[in-house]
Amino acid sequence: MTPNTPGKTPGRLYRLWDSDLFYAFRTAPVAIVATLVALTIIACAVLAPWLAPMNPYNPGGLNLMNGFTPPMEPNAFTGETFLMGADNQGRDMLSTIMYGTRTSLFVGAMAVLFAMTLGISIGLYAGWRGGWVDGALMRVADVQLAFPAILIALLIFGIARGFIPDNMRDQLAIWVLIVAIGLSDWVQFARVVRGATMVEKNKEYVQAARVIGAHPAKIMFRHILPNVMGPVLVIATISLALAIIAEATLSFLGVGVPPTQPSLGTLIRIGQGFLISGEWWILLFPSLTLLALALSVNLLGDWLRDALNPRLR
Amino acid sequence: MTKLARALSLSASVAALALAAGAAQAETVRWARVADALTLDPHSQNEGPTLALLRHVYGTLVSRAVDGSLTPDLATSWEIHPEDPTIWVLHLREGVTFHDGSAFTAEDVVFSYERVLHESSGFRAIHADVVGAEAVDEYTVHVQMSGPSPLYPNNLTNFFIVDKTWAEANDVVAPQNYAAGEENFAVRNTNGTGPYQLVSRDPEVRTVLSVFDGYYGDAPQVTEVIYQPIAEAATRIAALLSGEVDFVQDVPVQDIARLEQTDGIAITTGPENRNIFFAYNATSPTLRSTNVADNPFSHPEIREAMALALDRDAIRQVVMRGQSQPSAAPLPPFVNGWTEEMNAYGAPDYERAAELVRSVYPDGFSVQLDCPNDRYLNDEAICQATVGMLGRIGINVSLNSQTRSLHFPLIENLETDFYLLGWGVPTFDSAYVFNFLVHTREGSYGAYNGGQYSNPEVDAMIEEIATMTDLDERNATIARIWDRVMEDRVFLNVHNQLLAYAVREGINIDVHPENSPTLWTVTID
Amino acid sequence: MIAFIIRRLLQSVIVMIAVAAVSFTLFRFVGDPINSMVGQETSIADRQALRDSLGLNDPIVLQFGRFLGNALQGEFGISYRLQMPVTELILQRLPATVELALVSGLLAFVLGLSLGVYTALRRRGVLSNIIMTASLIGVSLPTFLIGVLLIWVFAVELRWLPSNGRGEVVALGDCWSTGLLTHSGRLALILPAITLGLYQMTLIMRLVRAEMLEVLRADYIKFARARGLSARAVNFGHALKNTLVPVITITGLQLGSIIAFAIITETVFNWPGVGALFINSVRFVDVPVMAAYLMMIALIFVVINLIVDLLYYAVDPRLRVDRAGKAH
Repeated sequence: MTPNTPGKTPGRLYRLWDSDLFYAFRTAPVAIVATLVALTIIACAVLAPWLAPMNPYNPGGLNLMNGFTPPMEPNAFTGETFLMGADNQGRDMLSTIMYGTRTSLFVGAMAVLFAMTLGISIGLYAGWRGGWVDGALMRVADVQLAFPAILIALLIFGIARGFIPDNMRDQLAIWVLIVAIGLSDWVQFARVVRGATMVEKNKEYVQAARVIGAHPAKIMFRHILPNVMGPVLVIATISLALAIIAEATLSFLGVGVPPTQPSLGTLIRIGQGFLISGEWWILLFPSLTLLALALSVNLLGDWLRDALNPRLR
Repeated sequence: MTKLARALSLSASVAALALAAGAAQAETVRWARVADALTLDPHSQNEGPTLALLRHVYGTLVSRAVDGSLTPDLATSWEIHPEDPTIWVLHLREGVTFHDGSAFTAEDVVFSYERVLHESSGFRAIHADVVGAEAVDEYTVHVQMSGPSPLYPNNLTNFFIVDKTWAEANDVVAPQNYAAGEENFAVRNTNGTGPYQLVSRDPEVRTVLSVFDGYYGDAPQVTEVIYQPIAEAATRIAALLSGEVDFVQDVPVQDIARLEQTDGIAITTGPENRNIFFAYNATSPTLRSTNVADNPFSHPEIREAMALALDRDAIRQVVMRGQSQPSAAPLPPFVNGWTEEMNAYGAPDYERAAELVRSVYPDGFSVQLDCPNDRYLNDEAICQATVGMLGRIGINVSLNSQTRSLHFPLIENLETDFYLLGWGVPTFDSAYVFNFLVHTREGSYGAYNGGQYSNPEVDAMIEEIATMTDLDERNATIARIWDRVMEDRVFLNVHNQLLAYAVREGINIDVHPENSPTLWTVTID
Repeated sequence: MIAFIIRRLLQSVIVMIAVAAVSFTLFRFVGDPINSMVGQETSIADRQALRDSLGLNDPIVLQFGRFLGNALQGEFGISYRLQMPVTELILQRLPATVELALVSGLLAFVLGLSLGVYTALRRRGVLSNIIMTASLIGVSLPTFLIGVLLIWVFAVELRWLPSNGRGEVVALGDCWSTGLLTHSGRLALILPAITLGLYQMTLIMRLVRAEMLEVLRADYIKFARARGLSARAVNFGHALKNTLVPVITITGLQLGSIIAFAIITETVFNWPGVGALFINSVRFVDVPVMAAYLMMIALIFVVINLIVDLLYYAVDPRLRVDRAGKAH
């Protein structure tokens, strides 16, 4: 769809390697470290079914008596030892975090993808049409900005509960979460794309394309969209970190994924209850993972923003 | 019992000390709990935290001691009318005054009966058998029942007495009426006979009570009570650790050990009159959430297998950290009808249980478990642990845990196949359990019978015990009902909750079986 | 000019009606309000009767019409849960939230501005990089976790600051209470204000930095430098001054979202504001309070937005041309 997808031909790949952006990347240690950390976490999450010592989502494989085993210490009843300890249900923390990160990343990535698709479509349409359509859509965006993402996600969660039959809730919980976070996050994309569209649509090449009778959708996607992919990429990166945190916050408020299939947010919510009682590992390890993931993605987004802004180079 | 005796003798000696000293020392207790009272209207909400706070302001005819026994309060004695078994005679205490100074008489009790029986009252079901009350003289009341009701005084412990003239003067003759859409004076103003009077109330923020000098009982040592709801568990415990509150009523089980080791903080634990259990729909031909064509719970083998798979001791050890009394009996030991045999449970036998499941469904089956996550001690963790145990025997359970305001309607509207519920028994009698949980759902019966258990024989016996006067015969019938309920495995009981109260050292408070602490009996070293 | 104002007002009214529709209809799907109003012993027939008398069985459109009519008079009915008039309840809680929002907003603005200017001027400095990275850590941790950690360190372990509530408050007239005038009130404000302000501070800091970097590249700055003005005069007299307009605008617009964002902070710190009221209402399905809260947030936002728009219009003549062009 987008003409500048890298990797279509070896020439493109080489051009990417040789590009200014990549040069900037190769010379920025922060960006390299952030990418490495993010990639490691993502790899661990994606490969969890093959790497994790146990499958925490299989309730039949758990032994409750392993609950609260401290890291690197054998359990008093079962004698089992866990690298990062076991949680309140006897799940190996390391495995649970790997699977949890998988869930968090999936929710975050899908939510951002959803928000991006929606935001780009609305932004292009509003910018292209202008007039009252633009006014109405941007007012909706304004209103939505007034409500924090959490509030909107709570609302959407509430409606979804009304529509989804209760025996499907468990399976659909993740999708509801994705839609809820995604819907609360499209505004940023829409605004950037709309602004660029309004600038571009009056430029001569677009006018020329219109004159020769090109379809507006083609003009929008082929000519206007590539011009805004930079900022969109920056927003997407930062949104990913925000989406992962939003998921954690929703789980903290008790409306996230079911505790039998925990995400990082659910794990932190559970772990927070053991802060005072001294089982620090149940809170600390998921928090650190979330921090490392969100921080590395944020750093990457931050760097990308500066790198894509030619005047800052 | 010995605990009670100790508390009584202690409070007596302390009272003597206080008298000797001449004037009572001003003592403030800042009391934190997870939730606020919903209202101060004494007849509007039959709900735990509301009753617990109101008890400090309004007096009841009869009180419940820490050991569960009935003790005289505004009524000094009560008996069945010698000539008419359908009349209860209440003898009232003389010389009691309300906070505004007006005298407490039989007229106030009669008026309170009218108010509590009003259609906007939240306590009508408790007094459903009352036809009316009549003042015989200034300190005697006759309560006319629809039939013989030998255990009715058990229902008086949450019946608050209001002042008739005050209620009439302030236009609060009826309890809060939602439909009217306007605020009721009694929601934020009080006039009771209790040991404390209301100083100020900011709902959900703080309620301040100060001792009522005209209280008819022993003068409380605690002269001021500041009640603060703190919803977040970590914040609540932090407030105690940092000395911002003196008494935390809802202590998470995992924090007990830490608090016990902390200097200057003491922990009291005791059983609550509440059992936690699973129930399931074994009646309907199909279920909403299963992957098999018929209803798995309708097979006795499956119900037996689930009982065999539930490892109550592991739940006690790990989830509850010892803060529970595992039991197979679906009622707490405080309740009339409880027996040692019902309580007994064996060690889990996963092999036998898995075999039983395979005998019906060779590939196992799946079902959804509905669970609250903010109502009982570690409710969600109990459900989660059970999901794991059932997973081991081939029952694939998906967990739907949510807030209580979404969980309970599932049970009321029969929209759940399998759920967790906790049941407190304020009357301390099995009839209360039967009426709500066992009887077929019809009329005022079976409101929380979410498993739709229906047995005409059992229903008949339940209706019978309501009017039985011979207590031995009545207890025999109760035992027969329980036999059937246990045989049919209507409930899968987990345990009885143990409560923990945490206080600043020097404050002596007992755990109340209805989780309704009485600060006027608190002593301070 | 008048046409512009009328158009803006009209748009605002449409926004408010839309929010009213959303806040009303959405919450009709969440749980069952009856359940939070009555005890466990109320029979099904009684529940149905209460449902009828509250009008919960009427057609949704009729219920919405009734809601809208009442909302116009500032009348949101009685809280199902607290049995108090909702408007009074919200007005009673508003001071706590506004005070918290203003203090944390101010904190975020002052700190964000100074750190932003510093990191822009010393773009490649070690300290700047540390600040930028630290600010990302703040953004990468969920608010509730920051709150819990602050409570843990400062209230439980060090016992320096209170962990919950507003401390002692002083009534100012009939409708306002403040904790700023008492020592305990000021102490109680510190941790929640930091928790709430941290995220906004990071936003402002990054915005100031970005704007400063842009402005510092502008030709007039180069001219000012070339003219030999001191670095101080250039940086603060010219660059910062030109940065401030968008920054103040954004901060103003953020105030609305700080008030809404306070939900989580207030929950963690047991702060008696409207956010905590809202979360409790969600938990108990207290429809009137939820609806009124959403309307209040929308109103605050619409008003702030309107003021900003009008100010811009008054200050910047170029916008008049721009807006007029866009309107067609």
